Amino acid sequence: MEHTIPEKHYLNEATGWKSWLMTLDHKRIGILYMIMVMFSFFLGGVFALLLRWELISPDKILMGPEMYNQAFSLHGIIMIFLFIIPSIPAILGNFVMPLMIGAKDVAFPRLNLASWYIYVIGFCFAVYALFTGGIDTGWTFYTPYSSETTTAVIPILTAAFVLGFSSIFTGLNFIVTIHKLRAPGMTWFQLPLFVWAIYATALIQVLATPVLGITLALLMLERVVGIGIFDPAMGGDPVLFQHFFWFYSHPAVYIMILPGMGIISELIATFSHRRIFGYKFIAFSSLGIAFTGFLVWGHHMFVSGQSDFAAVIFSFLTFFVGIPSGIKILNWMATMYKGSISLDTPMLWALSFLILFSIGGFTGIILGTLSIDVHLHDTYFVVSHFHYVMVGGTVMAIFGGLHYWWPKIWGRMYNETLARIAVVLIFVGFNVTFFVQFIMGTQGMPRRYATYLPQFQGMHGFSSIGALIMGVGFLLIAIYLIHAIFKGKPSGPNPWKALTMEWETPSPPRAGNFEGAQRLTHGPYDYDKVVPENALKQYKTL
Amino acid sequence: MSQTTARPAHLQHHFTDVHQQAESAKLGIWIFLLTEVLLFGGLFCFYAIYRSWNPDMFHNAHAFLNVWMGATNTVVLIVSSLTMALAIRSMQLGRRKHTIVFLAGTVLLACVFMVIKYFEYSHKIHLGQLPGKWYFFEGIAGTNPHIFFSAYFLMTGLHGFHVLGGIAVITWLIIKTARGSFSPEYYTPIEMTGLYWHLVDLIWIFLFPLFYLIG
Repeated sequence: MEHTIPEKHYLNEATGWKSWLMTLDHKRIGILYMIMVMFSFFLGGVFALLLRWELISPDKILMGPEMYNQAFSLHGIIMIFLFIIPSIPAILGNFVMPLMIGAKDVAFPRLNLASWYIYVIGFCFAVYALFTGGIDTGWTFYTPYSSETTTAVIPILTAAFVLGFSSIFTGLNFIVTIHKLRAPGMTWFQLPLFVWAIYATALIQVLATPVLGITLALLMLERVVGIGIFDPAMGGDPVLFQHFFWFYSHPAVYIMILPGMGIISELIATFSHRRIFGYKFIAFSSLGIAFTGFLVWGHHMFVSGQSDFAAVIFSFLTFFVGIPSGIKILNWMATMYKGSISLDTPMLWALSFLILFSIGGFTGIILGTLSIDVHLHDTYFVVSHFHYVMVGGTVMAIFGGLHYWWPKIWGRMYNETLARIAVVLIFVGFNVTFFVQFIMGTQGMPRRYATYLPQFQGMHGFSSIGALIMGVGFLLIAIYLIHAIFKGKPSGPNPWKALTMEWETPSPPRAGNFEGAQRLTHGPYDYDKVVPENALKQYKTL
Repeated sequence: MSQTTARPAHLQHHFTDVHQQAESAKLGIWIFLLTEVLLFGGLFCFYAIYRSWNPDMFHNAHAFLNVWMGATNTVVLIVSSLTMALAIRSMQLGRRKHTIVFLAGTVLLACVFMVIKYFEYSHKIHLGQLPGKWYFFEGIAGTNPHIFFSAYFLMTGLHGFHVLGGIAVITWLIIKTARGSFSPEYYTPIEMTGLYWHLVDLIWIFLFPLFYLIG
């Protein structure tokens, strides 16, 4: 069946740059975020490639140790604060979540737009810091070094501080939207699991980010005014900074991974054409992760000199995070079992997620074990674990989500062959880059060094080749996705034949999302009851 | 779908009815207040830790705060919370002029609070009871008395910023009320600002005993 692009949709109902910069439409704000966040991803990726280039040889190739410190700090700060934290909630959450619950918009559209402008301000501070001395503290800003280094700490702290507000606004908006704007008849247990995940994420954003705000403010005051709170010479305690920092930053890794897990739930159900297994377990495990995530921050500080008793408790509690994550993985596998699986591109991303995130998760348990962590602390094992969770987890999920909703966002389909090649490139490139880093870590290769002992030459070289493969993969994705926006084949309203509500509107949707008021006619995963067609609200009842 | 019932001007397009809109605003402001509590939470944590490490110094330093000024400010803020609540009540009853008077009273009391705070601060700055490396007062026994004043200036300072923010927002409310933007059917911004103002009041009610009273 040939599809056409509807005559009027949110992309052409208003025109001119002003209609974009002043828009209150959650879909357009999602796209504004997409532009900025993906540009940040590109920027952070360039730094990653520069780092891997330098590490091809233990000798100096591009940069000396000072430059190297700046490069890994900027890679971390850009990727964490400008890319991965806002990525899924602000792009896909903004675009898809209101559609999924049958709402016309988020609860506070102006606040939504404000959050984007605040993000842009934060972005500008980060770029300003980049050109006025850089930053060499790492993304963790540990005191006392961060209060003494001569690099541009203040602008970068301001950037992170400002970006925090953007994150809080998004979270607040989403919580209220999910509570108050669901379509009539849609109960909490008829919400798509992506919405549950976004909800759990929003709770963490709202509860943890203010603490980061005050922590960064204190660090700025420490640096500018010398209040002495983190300075041992003045009776202050640098470890207190670590406690404050990780009280936010550990829950923040769940801000990064939970929405990704939400996307995977959608992808697995849609492409297995099967009712999701253990709906309530997946929904509550998101809340479980959000809650447990607040109680484990001390596992970042096993060698900081915190009390042994605290370390034992934190190690013990850390294992509990494994339970809800394991519940999710097993439920996804149970959903696929005896399902009718189609291996479209989004599903390939989801399968990559399952494999890579499982490795990332298990190595997290290894690192959470107090005695082993003392050996592995600050080695490449940690670097690799983190990247398996964040790239192998979140980045796989966001690209899965982008490929899944791309036809909804633009109404057009990308080139499926190129897309499958890209998944393979990224999957292979990722494992080549990072798997050897586990091995190097166990052999004692410390993180954050511009050079290394000759015995690591082979593995570092191998790792750098992987980074190049990934770089090519991401470039390919950028090319065919952008091409699809203009030249792709019209996709029709429901190309994947999914049952969630965002597919009950034309692609691309109208500015007001739905014609008339949206009502719930079937559950999000009722694949055993109805079979959708790629047409507006066309279902065959089984 | 036909729109038989008229939509009031203040109802935004994406809400079904005014009830849904008001409920959303209410939930939103409560979550915002939660973030405020956590923002101050970091500082309260700072206070608790350094107090438990330096109990004697905190005891000696707290004697240099002026209890009478602090107590006056406590009363001023509590009364301002009352006038804020009365402003909301007046608008519920449709008495626009009363609302303006009560809002103006709240701003006035907030200004009184800031003026008293100004005198307290300038006295301490004069004596050198200052945070961190700026501290030069002599006469407080115990180690690192500057930490007490770091906590004092940070916490009351952040609170002071919130009072200033409140003054700005309530002034904006006075203008809106005078222009007739609110009615007994729609006064959500006044009610939401009221909730914010009560939280600012509440935080002071914790700050006052922690700094001025317990020793």
